[in-house]
Amino acid sequence: MRTRPLPSLALLLLCGGCAGWQSALDPQGPSAQALGQLLHGFVLVLAAIWLAVLVVLAVALRRRSRATPQAADRHAGIAVGTACVATVLVITGLTLASYVTTRVISAGAEAPLVVRVRALQWWWEVTYPGEAGPDVVTANEIRIPAGRPVRIELSAADVIHSFWVPNLAGKQDLIPGRDNVLTLTARRPGQYRGQCAEFCGMQHAHMAFMVIAEPPEAFAAWRAAQQADSAAPAGAEEAFGRQVFEQKPCGACHTVRGTEARGTNGPDLTHLASRATLAAGMLPMTRGALAAWIADPQTIKPGNNMPMVPLTPAELQAVSAWLATLR
Amino acid sequence: MSARIQDDQRDTDLADAPLDAALRRVWDTPRGVWGALATVDHKVIGRRYIATAFVFLAFGGVLALLMRWQLARPESRVLTPDLYNQIFTVHGTSMMFLFAVPVMEAMAVYLVPLMVGTRNIAFPRLNAFSYWMYLVGGILLWGAFLVDMGPDIGWFAYVPLAGPQYGAGKRVDIWAQMITFTEISALAVAVEIVVTVLKQRAPGMSLDRIPLFVWAMLVTSFIIIMAMPAVMVASTALILDRLVGTHFFNPAEGGDVLLWQHLFWFFGHPEVYIIFLPAVGMISSILPTFVRRPIFGYLPLVLAMVSVGILSFGLWVHHMFTTGLPRLGESFFTASSMAIALPSGIQIFCWLATIWYGRPVYRTPFLFILAFFFTFIMGGMTGVMVASVPLDTQLHDSYFVVAHFHYVLVGGAVFPLLGGVYYWFPKFTGRMMSERVGKWVAGLLFAAFNFTFFPMHVLGLLGMPRRVYTYQLDMGWGGLNLFVSLSAVVLAAGFLLFFYDAVRSARHGEPAGDNPWGAATLEWATASPPPSYNFARLPVVRSANPLWEDDGVLPVAGGLRVDRRELLVTTVGGALPEARESSPRPTIWPLWSALATTALLLGSILTPWAVVWGAVPVTIALIGWFWPGGRKEEES
Amino acid sequence: MKQDVVVDLSDLPMNGSGTASLTWWGTVAFMLIEGTGFALMISVYLYLGSLAPAWPIEAPPPEWGPGTGVTLLLLASLVPNVLLSRWAAARDLRKVRAGLLIMAVFGTAPLVLRVWEFMALDVSWDSNAYGSAVWMLLGLHTTHILTDLLETYVLAALMFTRHADNPRRFGDVQDGAMYWNFVVLTWLPIYACLYGIPRL
Ligand code: HEA
Ligand code: HEA
Ligand code: HEC
Ligand code: CUA
Ligand SMILES: [Cu+2]
Repeated sequence: MRTRPLPSLALLLLCGGCAGWQSALDPQGPSAQALGQLLHGFVLVLAAIWLAVLVVLAVALRRRSRATPQAADRHAGIAVGTACVATVLVITGLTLASYVTTRVISAGAEAPLVVRVRALQWWWEVTYPGEAGPDVVTANEIRIPAGRPVRIELSAADVIHSFWVPNLAGKQDLIPGRDNVLTLTARRPGQYRGQCAEFCGMQHAHMAFMVIAEPPEAFAAWRAAQQADSAAPAGAEEAFGRQVFEQKPCGACHTVRGTEARGTNGPDLTHLASRATLAAGMLPMTRGALAAWIADPQTIKPGNNMPMVPLTPAELQAVSAWLATLR
Repeated sequence: MSARIQDDQRDTDLADAPLDAALRRVWDTPRGVWGALATVDHKVIGRRYIATAFVFLAFGGVLALLMRWQLARPESRVLTPDLYNQIFTVHGTSMMFLFAVPVMEAMAVYLVPLMVGTRNIAFPRLNAFSYWMYLVGGILLWGAFLVDMGPDIGWFAYVPLAGPQYGAGKRVDIWAQMITFTEISALAVAVEIVVTVLKQRAPGMSLDRIPLFVWAMLVTSFIIIMAMPAVMVASTALILDRLVGTHFFNPAEGGDVLLWQHLFWFFGHPEVYIIFLPAVGMISSILPTFVRRPIFGYLPLVLAMVSVGILSFGLWVHHMFTTGLPRLGESFFTASSMAIALPSGIQIFCWLATIWYGRPVYRTPFLFILAFFFTFIMGGMTGVMVASVPLDTQLHDSYFVVAHFHYVLVGGAVFPLLGGVYYWFPKFTGRMMSERVGKWVAGLLFAAFNFTFFPMHVLGLLGMPRRVYTYQLDMGWGGLNLFVSLSAVVLAAGFLLFFYDAVRSARHGEPAGDNPWGAATLEWATASPPPSYNFARLPVVRSANPLWEDDGVLPVAGGLRVDRRELLVTTVGGALPEARESSPRPTIWPLWSALATTALLLGSILTPWAVVWGAVPVTIALIGWFWPGGRKEEES
Repeated sequence: MKQDVVVDLSDLPMNGSGTASLTWWGTVAFMLIEGTGFALMISVYLYLGSLAPAWPIEAPPPEWGPGTGVTLLLLASLVPNVLLSRWAAARDLRKVRAGLLIMAVFGTAPLVLRVWEFMALDVSWDSNAYGSAVWMLLGLHTTHILTDLLETYVLAALMFTRHADNPRRFGDVQDGAMYWNFVVLTWLPIYACLYGIPRL
């Protein structure tokens, strides 16, 4: 849903309303909204100045001066002086507008939901500190209640990354040894795509995540479900899958609560199948994609930190079958 | 003609032809390989420097085309991520450190001594050394890239990605040492320019008569002197972290990740004005020739350049707006970044006034200036946008920034540079470039440039981050990217045409006279190309536009010796003659020194002990360099 | 282009000295470069210090002894250095020779003491960021002394050859002396930093 048309940017959008679903031009929260307005203002003012300078240039090229050198210098002096004064006024205005916008955006939010996001090469660990019950740990997907401000506490495990959901807010870096926060609000339910914006190595291009805003009740239900341990295997194949998972090195890197897998190098898989995508936005969450990923993560996302673990076809089938049931 | 030159023979005693012969005898670079390696003639070195820089432009451009090929379609597999990361790093590094900065200094190495009316640059041997260092640095980066050891961490090499833990192998070390090479050469040239401008100006060229390009280079050189040490400190600390286990950037042991960014951008921001100010100087020097009147606002232009130089040291944090520094401090950097629009505006306004009261002649250099106006001002405007802290949180590290900096770099610096090449080509080679081809080049580059880079603004706003080797189909960025990539091919064709014109004209261009454009400054007062000694008798300056106001007679100074390389030292302010000074002869030692330094620096990538044993050949070479011979130049 | 001789330069001296010499300006420019480098290194030290909860990090402040010795030696060296510069200005070859030899000794002595100064830091460059910063500061300044010392040796040797009696050489000696003053002066803020800040 487009909130309001940006006439001055319409020109930019020659590609036919392709405001995409990860776009600063389609604000869906107060923060992005304020930034959109500021953008709008800047573009209008600056484009006008740019145009004005070019018009003066065009006139200067066509006219033939008959002024004496002394008169020319005097007139030019006055004109240049005036232009300088105008420049000072404009940049002062733009600076003030920026300052005001900063104030608006960083005004403290009341009773925000706190979410901790930790960035790793090349995925996101998302933690909801326990409100009655254990912490909820998930990956590459941030569920939030629509309408409520969310305070996102950002940290980095290895190198610098940057958290950016353009439809909701500006970006904020995650820096090893420093803690940053970003507050954002989604006006209404929906899915907002975000992506790492700071170059962080080989798979910087594939370090996406989803912000999913839901009505508060749905969010509460989701959270409660996430606090539970993983579902028990439904059938024999799934049970075998779980067994393989525990016996192979998978558990050394992944946690699945309710099993012996307690690793922390990779995403928590307890409720894997409840997520929309796999491997930081690389693949849709389907059983087939799961199997493909596990069979050969290095071809799908070259250089990522999950090795190829040799499995027989039957094992692969079973593991992916089991993982697909972890809702 | 064969009159023997006696000791202490003066130019005043000789007629033009014997004077030329006598000066050639002491000033000409010896023929042959030895002469080529030993030369200290600023014109020979300058030409070499310029040509080398343009080769790196072509190389960097080829990489750009590869990137555009990969990005033309979503999920494309033309390049692997590893290769793509090397390519954008080497593209950026090469363009900034091996093309943009050196080419501006190269133009200055060639032009400044001529424009101030002296016979060679100050410290000519240092000049030779600086070229060799630059060449080695370039070969190092590209050699490493060709054997799959190219750096892959971006042109600003943020830690920890570039640190010991995540930057495995030698790729980052190569990047850091390449920095050392190019910074040494840039600093050397800066010192030469400063001293040439301050102390070797023609008699009478007081501060208010210095050509504006020379002013620009003086300010630029001071910026280099104050800014480059920051990146030297940074890259040294990085190498130490990687090689001997120091912890400057390691937060676990009290180091700090942002320290790198502060140091890098304390250099990196002034760096962009190191690239841009010479372009400002070129425009200010070229424009009057083509609107046939003196520049309007000489003093404001000089003051604007100086204030850009000073302000440029107060902006570095605007590259770090999303790192979470205190908001109040960031607002200060917004204000200072926007403040730089004022001096830039003054420059634009003064040029406009010059055109307004002039009578333009549409030759190729002037067309490039027009292209500059359109493009640079747009880039300046987007600069003002990214200078706003809140806006930058959306624009930073997106293709919007990529668009901004190509607009200012290509539109703001490369267009004036190409205009400058068309303008000074007759002085470099004695031949004109083709006016017909030139118009095509200007038109093609102008149009293709805007088609290539304008859509990147939109891509950035549509959420496309920079430095991604690919993007997914459903992002909706495919169409614009394809358009960008196709335009880039046309852009490349424009550059190719330029290269073709330059190479062809160097051999077969129409011969140019001393002053083909009817320009006002001193470089046009001597032959094209100038003889090895630049000026048979040193010109005397009585106004800011000497060749326009002296009615075809050049006032000159006499009395210099012709049996040694003699030039004139003048006072800083009024350029009053102070002393006759000799200028060094050709020597091979700068080359040896450069090679010895190379051995030391390359060795130190492998082991810290290289610094110790490497110091021995360096010392020997330096002693060889400075040990006096028994030449006439040594007399006092 | 037709030429018209309007200025006669024949009576100018055949090389400039002091501010009329190009090398003087070159030396000043290099001092500016290195001064900036030192200022930046000191900023790095202070910056890291301001971030650390305690400074020095897990190390005692460096012991006063050797560092103060180096400082005193350097300050003392200013006396012969200034004299040397005067003798060079007066083109007194005999005294200049003697002065250069003295300066060679005065340059070498602090360098020897430096070894103890490094040990008195009581921290290794690879223990933590504090160690890295102090080693780099001290290392940089040591390189500074070392290069100038080499120059002094070479100049001293030169002054005992047939090239000695030449105003240019005397100019070089003066520029060298100016540079040594700079080496000493840059040391003072570094000394204050290394020894003062950790005790604040
Ligand atoms: C030649 C090089 C050059 C030049 C001249 C400039 C000029 C400017 N730049 Fe740019 N910049 C770069 C090269 C350059 N830049 C590069 C390479 C990067 C990216 C590095 C990287 O991340 O890889 C960068 C990045 C960059 C950033 C960081 C963005 C980010 O990473 O998020 C910022 C932020 O403030 C910025 C600001 C500016 C400003 C305010 C100017 C100003 O100087 C512009 C001033 C000019 C004008 C404004 C136009 C003329 C004026 C008038 C006609 C008067 C009227 C105007 C008004 C009233 C506004 N630049
Ligand atoms: C002066 C500097 C300069 C110049 C001139 C250019 C020129 C170009 N740049 Fe570059 N660019 C940078 C400086 C520059 N760039 C920097 C600093 C970065 C940031 C890097 C980083 O993020 O670390 C960057 C990044 C950058 C990116 C972003 C990459 C990414 O973030 O993933 C892109 C993408 O399109 C791009 C494209 C181009 C293109 C199409 C050109 C074109 O204008 C090029 C046109 C020129 C040619 C095509 C050459 C033509 C010549 C021939 C074909 C002759 C061949 C002959 C022989 C081989 C003998 N550049
Ligand atoms: C050495 C560590 C390691 C081992 C062993 C490992 N993984 Fe992973 N795994 C990771 C990492 C790291 C990621 C995140 C990759 C990325 O997105 O960049 C990951 C991602 C995943 C994902 C996608 C998670 C998500 O939220 O998108 C699944 C599913 C997965 N692994 C399953 C397995 C299975 C099954 C095994 C064993 C056969 C296994 N892993 C073995 C480290 C490991
Ligand atoms: Cu993480 Cu880019
Ligand atoms: Cu900047």
